[in-house]
Amino acid sequence: MKSITRQKPLEEIEQQLEGLERAYIIGCGTCTTMTKTGGREEVLDMKERLQGLGKMVTGWTVIPIACDEMTEASLKENDGAIRSADCLLVMSCALGVQKAGSYSGKPVIPALDTLFIGVEDKPGYFHEVCDQCGHCVLGYTAGICPITACHKGLLNGPCGGTNNGKCEIDKEKDCAWTLIYQRLKAQDRLDLMRKYQPPKNSQVIPRPRLARIL
Amino acid sequence: MAQSFKEALNSGKFIITSEIGPPKGTNLEKMRHHIDLLRDKVDGLNVTDHQSSVMRFPSIGGCLEIKEHGGEPILQMTCRDRNQMALQAELLLAYTRGIRNVLCLTGDSIPIGDHKEAKGVFELDSVQLLRTIRQMESGKDLGGNALDGAVEFCAGAIVTPEANPIEPQLIKFEKKIEAGAEFIQTQAIYDLDNFRKFMEYARKFPVKILAGIVLLVSARMAKYMNENVPGIFVPQNLIAELEAAPKGEALNKGIEIAGRMIAALKKDSICDGVHLMAIGREEVVPDILAAAGINGHKP
Repeated sequence: MKSITRQKPLEEIEQQLEGLERAYIIGCGTCTTMTKTGGREEVLDMKERLQGLGKMVTGWTVIPIACDEMTEASLKENDGAIRSADCLLVMSCALGVQKAGSYSGKPVIPALDTLFIGVEDKPGYFHEVCDQCGHCVLGYTAGICPITACHKGLLNGPCGGTNNGKCEIDKEKDCAWTLIYQRLKAQDRLDLMRKYQPPKNSQVIPRPRLARIL
Repeated sequence: MAQSFKEALNSGKFIITSEIGPPKGTNLEKMRHHIDLLRDKVDGLNVTDHQSSVMRFPSIGGCLEIKEHGGEPILQMTCRDRNQMALQAELLLAYTRGIRNVLCLTGDSIPIGDHKEAKGVFELDSVQLLRTIRQMESGKDLGGNALDGAVEFCAGAIVTPEANPIEPQLIKFEKKIEAGAEFIQTQAIYDLDNFRKFMEYARKFPVKILAGIVLLVSARMAKYMNENVPGIFVPQNLIAELEAAPKGEALNKGIEIAGRMIAALKKDSICDGVHLMAIGREEVVPDILAAAGINGHKP
């Protein structure tokens, strides 16, 4: 499971960099390396693209895991190049962007959009697996998540928009409830689908979400 | 006073409902014209709720117009655009204004409509909305708080008899009935043999079934629906009939086909009534009823 990201269009990155001429680029050795959106190769490519826009790149690094405490040490090692930059252009998921922002005090610019928490099906293809909704229903749905796999997040069965096992928003996408139905049927557990599911609690932990786990 | 939709449902007569599509904008002239044309010919008039996720004048606004013009509205309510607080509040408003019928729908998805970047709510689903109505009737809201003045509705839902696979839809159909649905308006049906089979199953449940009749206006429309609209299956013989119609006569052929189907459903008492959807051609609904041999339907 990893944070799935996509690079922002260069125009949007350029807009964010308005008035910021010197950038230090940070990549991540974990999720964005695996998704090829913020690993070493992409960081070097971004360096060239920024230079093409007339920006000065004061340095770059790929932090092994941009979302953990090592980020602080890693940024300290590169203190000189960072200090001479106007901003940090971060090619990690939003977690790394926030870490870099809190450790350096420099303006942080995300070069990527964080799309979802997902898994890779085959090289370059990812799907969302968990919305982190706070109240797991997989026990009733044969291990297929209706929150992320159903466009409408329905809990009591399919909508009328499904056709031949596909979703109304895209004929390429599977209907989650057809998959759930098929698997429950194979397990002889369709009684679970017949059971009424009440509305989900949208405030399991009200935002900002904090948890103390003993 | 005219009969309420609920009284009509329980009277044992063959029920006719139709629908009104509110305008995109504030010009209500056409909608009012359709209301005037249809209100005395049907037992209830649905008002669609941002159908196909296209933003329009609201369904409750259309229902109020129907009330003001002496008709019997059926409020279509989807879960796409409102959270549970907004849905309940609208039910309170509807009840105070004499709207007594609600059709509970999940709602089409946002990306198929005309506000493609909007947020879809879907906090409740159609089954949960039905149960919400029954809970509010008991004098309590979804938060468990007492209501100062409860509601009372004739609540309904939909089913897609031609869906493939059908069993997941039937499981949900049964959940809707358990949740308190009193009537079901089906997705469009065209194959009466298939529908008979569905009705053999559906008859076992304590719910009134109104068969969905969508007016075919051309062979092209029929083919388009077969390709693109989930759960709609127009058989080849009907497409051939539309194709064989002389130039400019396809609409009349569609009216004839719809009338013929209604007459057959009524004659053999296959279901409890029909729900007529003449999407954009509401002015021909009286012609369809005439073609079905139904005149001066409502007392």
